[in-house]
Amino acid sequence: MGAAHSASEEVRELEGKTGFSSDQIEQLHRRFKQLSGDQPTIRKENFNNVPDLELNPIRSKIVRAFFDNRNLRKGSSGLADEINFEDFLTIMSYFRPIDTTMDEEQVQLCRKEKLRFLFHMYDSDSDGRITLEEYRNVVEELLSGNPHIEKESARSIADGAMMEAASVCVGQMEPDQVYEGITFDDFLKSRKNPNVRAQLTSTEADGRGSMLRSGSHLRGHHDLAGHRHRDQDARPLP
Amino acid sequence: MGVRGLVPFCPWDWCLLLATLQCCGASSELNRSTDSSAQRELNVRFAAASSQPAEAISVFTLDYDYVQIPYEVTLWILLASLAKIGFHLNRRLPRLMPESCLLILVGALVGAVIFGTDHKSPPVMDSSIYFLYLLPPIVLESGYFMPTRPFFENLGSILWWAGLGALLNAFGIGLSLYLVCQVPAFGLGDVNLLQNLLFGSLMSAVDPVAVLAVFEEARVNEQLHMMIFGEALLNDGISVVLYNILIAFTKMHKFEGIEPVDILAGCARFIIVGCGGVFFGVIFGFISAFITRFTQNISAIEPLIVFMFSYLSYLVAETLYLSGILAITACAVTMKKYVEENVSQTSYTTIKYFMKMLSSVSETLIFIFMGVSTIGKNHEWNWAFICFTLVFCQIWRAISVFVLFYVSNRFRTFPFSVKDQCVIFYSGVRGAGSFSLAFLLPLSLFPRKKLFVTATLVVIYFTVFIQGITVGPLVRYLDVRKTNKKESINEELHARLMDHLKAGVEDVCGQWSHYQVRDKFKKFDHKYLRKVLIRKNLPKSSLVSLYKKLEMKQAIEMVESGVLSSTAFSTPHQAQRTKETKRLSPEDVESMRDILTRNMYQVRQRTLSYNKYNLQPQTSEKQAKEILIRRRNTFRESMKKGHSLPWGKPAGTKNIRYLSFPYSSPLPAGRDMKVAEFTDHDGSDSEPPPIMFSTHSPKESIQERRWAPEVIPMRSLHRAGTPPHFGYRRNASREEHLGRGGRAILRPKPLFHAVDEEFESEEESEEEAPAFGSLLSSELRPGRDCNLSHSPLLQRK
Repeated sequence: MGAAHSASEEVRELEGKTGFSSDQIEQLHRRFKQLSGDQPTIRKENFNNVPDLELNPIRSKIVRAFFDNRNLRKGSSGLADEINFEDFLTIMSYFRPIDTTMDEEQVQLCRKEKLRFLFHMYDSDSDGRITLEEYRNVVEELLSGNPHIEKESARSIADGAMMEAASVCVGQMEPDQVYEGITFDDFLKSRKNPNVRAQLTSTEADGRGSMLRSGSHLRGHHDLAGHRHRDQDARPLP
Repeated sequence: MGVRGLVPFCPWDWCLLLATLQCCGASSELNRSTDSSAQRELNVRFAAASSQPAEAISVFTLDYDYVQIPYEVTLWILLASLAKIGFHLNRRLPRLMPESCLLILVGALVGAVIFGTDHKSPPVMDSSIYFLYLLPPIVLESGYFMPTRPFFENLGSILWWAGLGALLNAFGIGLSLYLVCQVPAFGLGDVNLLQNLLFGSLMSAVDPVAVLAVFEEARVNEQLHMMIFGEALLNDGISVVLYNILIAFTKMHKFEGIEPVDILAGCARFIIVGCGGVFFGVIFGFISAFITRFTQNISAIEPLIVFMFSYLSYLVAETLYLSGILAITACAVTMKKYVEENVSQTSYTTIKYFMKMLSSVSETLIFIFMGVSTIGKNHEWNWAFICFTLVFCQIWRAISVFVLFYVSNRFRTFPFSVKDQCVIFYSGVRGAGSFSLAFLLPLSLFPRKKLFVTATLVVIYFTVFIQGITVGPLVRYLDVRKTNKKESINEELHARLMDHLKAGVEDVCGQWSHYQVRDKFKKFDHKYLRKVLIRKNLPKSSLVSLYKKLEMKQAIEMVESGVLSSTAFSTPHQAQRTKETKRLSPEDVESMRDILTRNMYQVRQRTLSYNKYNLQPQTSEKQAKEILIRRRNTFRESMKKGHSLPWGKPAGTKNIRYLSFPYSSPLPAGRDMKVAEFTDHDGSDSEPPPIMFSTHSPKESIQERRWAPEVIPMRSLHRAGTPPHFGYRRNASREEHLGRGGRAILRPKPLFHAVDEEFESEEESEEEAPAFGSLLSSELRPGRDCNLSHSPLLQRK
């Protein structure tokens, strides 16, 4: 990344853009190089080298999200062929915890950004609407880890979820009324429920949620105890 | 309370227990009579028939003294086992209180009987018996069942907390009690500093196993779980080392003063003892792993090797005055990984169960001793000492938790929250370890041993009963997850998606520092250790290969019987839109949630469930069973050709389609098309569906794309029993191998590998072709992701 001083300048610039500390940027850069094989950009194939990712049922969605122009803030649709380090940081910055020093408005904005990222994962055709078809795809993928689940079950779940969303967002519908799909506003609406919000803050998969909620934040990357660096933990929600 | 609670729930078992108890009592009565001169009388009575004088050989004699110890020990263990059966027959009781409560109650009962009958209990518990026979199984068990990966991930914090925590507690309690002893009003003037420190060290041996069971149920986060587990694992070792060093000091102090040099030597000793123990343990672990490499022909010996070598490591370490506890723990941790790959499935099961059994016998005996010594005359009650002990135990635990975690949190990526710390503080349950150490204090050095024993008992009873019973509600109270039931499907889905997303992004980021170390070790492990320690050809009998084999067979059968087509999806689909007709019934939501929770729950592999007293059926075993069941079902299904329901119950049929799709046009053409596709669907027909798009209209082509994935054998299977969690896992444990095995069918590369392997060994060559057919078709699966994700785009065209 050029001479030493220009590198540090560059880092500073990235710091301003993404909000990461220089320490974190350095770490991420190391990882970026590792992933790309010392190339300036990462392509989709590079993600195949992440062994742990291989088992993730929504692998393709995750990889796709890295190349999504909407997430890269480069356009309203389409996929990038390759991403450079700055783009990589941009994606990673979605997963930064909410800063305690931010005021309420910024926090809301930040949350919205994070939610938008999640929304884009569903909305694969970038039309601003999660259609039933898209929803089904996601559910099927989520359940694809278990071969015993039949496609039809996954489908019914998506259908049920869609119906629920429709009833939440539109209210009572006429028999012949059509619900086109979940828009981002609807997506936000379904979270207004404080009960629901409390739920999401403590995701139960590994209980990490509750820890994170209670005022804990990224602590940089020096780590005496040798804990894994789960440094980017997506906490898109309050 | 426990006793009274038990009676209405399981009168049957209670009767049994009482009967056993009476036996016990009767035997002791008998014993008393044999002690007296009445023995002769008895003999005479039995020998009367032979009309011989008493001096001659009697036909029937009674020699209870000869069998007394094993006889009574057996009765105790049986009694405890029966009590456990009763305890677990009841559904609510295990949730209400930890199992150690029950053991203590049984012990107290036995103690009461012994006390009531003036029976002299056999001297089973002395220092050498405890340290040589009772302690090793307990430690071995917890070492062997330690979840390796999360343990090492949190190693720093665990060492920091378990090591320093034990020391801080020991010295804190000891010193503050010493201050209390200086108050003349309490009459404790003769308890000196060393004795107090020793008491502190034995009080610091925390045994939070009871708490682990609660955690298991409440699903607390992994780190918290590991902290408590690590503490349970290491605390014993540390406090025993401290205890032994202090005993040595006390002995020395009797004859001469203690120089500062001695104290320094003691500190150095502490470190040497610990590290030396670990070193020997690792060495022995490798040796035993190496030996199991050659046992394929005499697999009956395998468990023996495992047990004997771990015991040997303990003994060797003890001979050299090193910490045997740490040695045996390290040995178990080291060998576990390799041994499990080497030994046969049956040996593996034997090892696991035998280990559980031995440790539970040891612990039962210790608890019974505790009960026996609770009820008796050897107590000295000193209000001041006992109350202050209780208070200081809590205070110092609180101090050590909050101070140590305050420090370690600064270095952790994920700090422990205040709630976590509260739970850790509250889980300071004392158990068998503390009691044994107190019980084994040499009377010559500790004139007031009785006082110490009484105080220890009070603390144990307090912590086990009060804290042990209330920690569950506390954890549940602190955790907000109780409200889970009200979550909507959407939320559930979003949460799941997010979990997976987070996990994925973490993987993309990699795990630096620690990751590097582990990576290095893994490479080393693969390059050298595994080659040396593990058999060349993985045993065919291992679960992994069994699983593969069964999968293959099943695939063959499926192709043969043509089940594949039976469950094909028949809902016409052009559903871009949704019309609401009715609201979802709560049951539907419930069943959906059920599916969701059961099938995408494990983003990360959780800590292996650990229960001191019982072995959970391992996932791998469950899966093997599951395969067998499914195989049978396959046949049945091929007979019926019925439409399988998404969730077993027939009533679900009307609920499956929640939405008002245009059912009215069930697309008979689609069916025909599908049938046609299936008939010519042989091995070569694995061509990716998108190619067809050029020839068909988009709508049709999507339908075809829909059919294609249905060919996957697994898809068309009826779900039988509970589905195993084929979650997305990272832990490279045995289960994971299986998980990979299960998933292997989804991925082409390992699949063919498996095919080669399996069919080389089996003479089923004529079935090879169809098998390949099904496998190839199942290859469509990986492509499915991208196919599906493009579909909306396609539909739009």
